[in-house]
Amino acid sequence: MSQPVFRTRDLTKVYVTGAIEVHALRGVDFEADAGEFVVLLGPSGSGKSTFLNIIGGLDRATSGEAWFTDHELSRFNDRELTLYRRDHVGFVFQFYNLVPSLTARENVALVTEIARNPMRPEEALAIVGLQDRMDHFPAQLSGGEQQRVAIARAIAKRPQVLLCDEPTGALDSKTGVLVLEALTQVNEQLGATTLIITHNVAIQDIAHRVVHFGNGRIVSSNIVAERKPASAISW
Amino acid sequence: MSALHVKLLRDLVRLWPQALAIAFVLAAGAATLILGIGAYQSLSETRAAYYERNRFADVFADLTRAPRIVEDEIARIPGVSSVETRIAKIALLDLPAVAEPASAMFVSIPELHEQKLNLLYMRSGRLPLPGDENEVVVSEPFAKANHFSIGSTFEAILNGRKRTLRIAGTALSPEFIYSLGPYGLIPDDRRYGIVWMREKALAAAYDLTGAFSSVTVKLTRGASEAEAIERLDGILARYGGLGAHGRRDQTSHAFLDAELQQLKAMSRILPPVFLLVAAFLVNMTLSRLILLEREQIGLLKALGYSGLAVGWHYLEFALAIACVGTAIGIGAGTWLGFGMTKLYATFYHFPFLVFRTDPAIYVIAAGVTLAAAAAGAVRAVRDVVALPPAVAMSPPAPAVYRRLLPEAFYAFIAIPQSLVMVTRHLMRWPIRTVSSILGIALAVSVLVGSLWAFGSTEFMIDVTYNRAERQNATISFVRERSMPAFYDALSLPGVLTAEPYRSVPVRIHHGPVERRIAISGKPANADLSRVLGAELKPVRMPETGIALSDALAKILKAQVGDMVEVEILERDRRRAVLPVTGIIEGYLGLNAYMSLPALNRLMREGAVISGVNLLYDTARQGDLFKRLKATPVANFIALQRTTLQNFRDTLQENLLVMITVYVSLGVIIAFGVVYNFARISLSEQGRELASLRVLGFHKSEVSAILLSELAVLTIAAQPLGWAIGHLFAWAMVQGFNSELYRVPLVVERSVYAWASLIVFAAALVSALIVRRRIDRLDLIEVLKTRE
Ligand SMILES: Nc1ncnc2c1ncn2[C@@H]1O[C@H](COP(=O)(O)OP(=O)(O)OP(=O)(O)O)[C@@H](O)[C@H]1O
Ligand SMILES: [Mg+2]
Repeated sequence: MSQPVFRTRDLTKVYVTGAIEVHALRGVDFEADAGEFVVLLGPSGSGKSTFLNIIGGLDRATSGEAWFTDHELSRFNDRELTLYRRDHVGFVFQFYNLVPSLTARENVALVTEIARNPMRPEEALAIVGLQDRMDHFPAQLSGGEQQRVAIARAIAKRPQVLLCDEPTGALDSKTGVLVLEALTQVNEQLGATTLIITHNVAIQDIAHRVVHFGNGRIVSSNIVAERKPASAISW
Repeated sequence: MSALHVKLLRDLVRLWPQALAIAFVLAAGAATLILGIGAYQSLSETRAAYYERNRFADVFADLTRAPRIVEDEIARIPGVSSVETRIAKIALLDLPAVAEPASAMFVSIPELHEQKLNLLYMRSGRLPLPGDENEVVVSEPFAKANHFSIGSTFEAILNGRKRTLRIAGTALSPEFIYSLGPYGLIPDDRRYGIVWMREKALAAAYDLTGAFSSVTVKLTRGASEAEAIERLDGILARYGGLGAHGRRDQTSHAFLDAELQQLKAMSRILPPVFLLVAAFLVNMTLSRLILLEREQIGLLKALGYSGLAVGWHYLEFALAIACVGTAIGIGAGTWLGFGMTKLYATFYHFPFLVFRTDPAIYVIAAGVTLAAAAAGAVRAVRDVVALPPAVAMSPPAPAVYRRLLPEAFYAFIAIPQSLVMVTRHLMRWPIRTVSSILGIALAVSVLVGSLWAFGSTEFMIDVTYNRAERQNATISFVRERSMPAFYDALSLPGVLTAEPYRSVPVRIHHGPVERRIAISGKPANADLSRVLGAELKPVRMPETGIALSDALAKILKAQVGDMVEVEILERDRRRAVLPVTGIIEGYLGLNAYMSLPALNRLMREGAVISGVNLLYDTARQGDLFKRLKATPVANFIALQRTTLQNFRDTLQENLLVMITVYVSLGVIIAFGVVYNFARISLSEQGRELASLRVLGFHKSEVSAILLSELAVLTIAAQPLGWAIGHLFAWAMVQGFNSELYRVPLVVERSVYAWASLIVFAAALVSALIVRRRIDRLDLIEVLKTRE
């Protein structure tokens, strides 16, 4: 079998604020294969976002190893991390983080302009079903639509990995399903390894695998026996 | 302290770099105001006090010779409170350590009684002993420049006879605060001084025993100067009076007036610029602060604070900054003002200094500074007062962005999205963008409006000394001489060419206006001392009639073809009417020109000259100077190149100080505007910029977005800044121009270039400071929070 896309060994993260040390991660061992769709669950403060940020190249581990294919992320300097994010990682966040002064199309173009082998912005927006709203500014779009623009922006570079931190956190069930449909579709079409953090247990049914975080560690990792399409779930 | 005051303090501490940048701009406004008005007041008060204490005369007249009893007649003129008659003559000196010929104004002091007017302020030694023929008091700057001490001796040619004089003391006089020799541009203390001698000795030297050649008069308060001058002229006409004049035509007084006028002009232009920019900055910063604190404002109102109380809180923020600015400004203004007044005092040789710290100046400075800050705050504060709490608590309506160009356009040209962000963000806040551009433009304009003066001075020098007065020496005879004197001058060692000239003092009238001037008679084909016509091209002297300098023509409201009346102040004091046949360009003084033969015909004299202009071979100047120093026929020898060198040296001394001051002022504005704009822009776009970093933009690419916003502003501001700067230069020229000299409005291209360069540098530095913040943006933080 091919080598895993992500592999971490004994990953720890300690935040030091004054005299207080917060152990956000206490030795995480994780692997994800190419094209795998993984849902990360766990109580608030269990270290999910910290983990995602480290493997996404936004943050650095305190100790341990984090590998992306055959690159060790902890050896990357700032510039290399930036290039890693630019070329390989697509991010989707709870609060969309769109640029308000750019239209949907332009927000996507922002990424395609700097990516190596991007699709056209229109194409990316079509994948998430927004071909008709391309020239609207974020302020003129609903939360779900904004989140789909964010997904289009994340996938337009044809990323190897798609990292989503509570992508449906701010959305209602119906809109959330639309967003999840877009994500599963992208995962299938592009074969991007997809990691989704969520507090919504219902979402685990659409994954290949569910990973539970607790107190800075992975407490369980289960293959989903019966995978459902996104349209089949609700909350 | 109330909770709101604690918040105010924390806000100020948190926003300290922005607050300080604004405070500095306000401080510059307050400082230039205090500096300008303070220096002006100090200087004019000092002069007034000096005049008062040392009884500076009101009316002055020179004449050929009048018996002493005429003094009584003058004293009887209504309005005259005291009269002092004396002997005043310019004579050549032979100074041991000075290679060039030097001169001095010899002024007599009463033999036995005390001086009544223009009292000497003794600086060292004592007055000459009565009856002593060789003791003198010399002006202090002259003594210093020549390293003379009590007991030093030097030689002078008094009335054609060489005398050795011994220094008994040094002194200053209100009459010679600015001691400018004939044809001088700036005082040359080494080559021109004032020498006071006892009356008997000086009278003996000039065969004026029992007579006088100069009179000064003090008027009673409220007496008419014009009337006194007329009566005095009437009396002195019989004695070869050269026309009495008031303080306005007294060299030292007039130059000080011109200087004071310049100070006033400066203090009218600079402070308003700073206050205007500061008001912009306050508005910009406060508006942003209020937008960020909408919810807090709503909360405060919901808690029961009145709209006015919350509004006052934000106004206090502006006023607190203004207070800091005022404090810095008053400190800096007082210190600089004191320094500047001292500089003036040493340059002008005041014996003492009245540094006026009129409390009113400080009140005014503080008042306008606070007012500027309040004016800047008013719009933002009004919004706060009007904001209903319910609206305030909900997040603000998202900013509406617009496309600048139709959709099709974007498809055609590939504009990077980052550039689209820049333009849309700038267009989103048009008022802020425009006022920032204006602010930066004002920084440029302050520089253009001050740095131009150097090039302009060079231009004036070039016109005066390279195009018009091309001689390198002017010999001025003791009295008119006939043509052989000219040929004598021509045969002096090293002389290459020479031209005679004649100078006749007149009073010129046209309509109700009159001025006391000298008509210069020049040969029609003059090639050394030329006259310049339109476009500063040399023109041939009209054979008949009189040519007026442009400045004089303007004052007299005379044009070519008009008839002007001249009242000759020599000999038979005839009046004659002459047609104006030309207008001459030039920057120094009020001048009138005639062809030499025409002037002599007017005087009803043959070929008579007052002096000679020379061009000599500088390689042989040693021999020439040796001869000139001993010539009995001259009383003054102007050396144009030395004068110029002297002028340049003085300019150079002040150049560094002046440039430092102006550049600092320009930099304060540029820095203040760019820094504040950048910080506000960063506070608005920080989240977006961090998001871009997450998406894989490099630090340099992200900061490029903000920096290109600043670059757009700075570049857009340049042409506007040049235009406003040119306007400032123009306004200053209007303020600087006096009857003594005019300043040409020449703004060289290099001035624009330097102004822009300095502002770019200041903008770059503030941009780099903000860039450090962009580099340190917390990527993860923005992902956790909603905007
Ligand atoms: N910058 C920081 N400084 C100090 N402690 C931090 C910082 N960021 C995160 N932490 C701490 O690290 C721990 C893990 O945080 P993390 O954000 O990864 O949790 P999470 O699992 O994503 O929680 P949630 O589901 O609420 O988003 C928490 O205890 C948190 O308080
Ligand atoms: Mg989280």
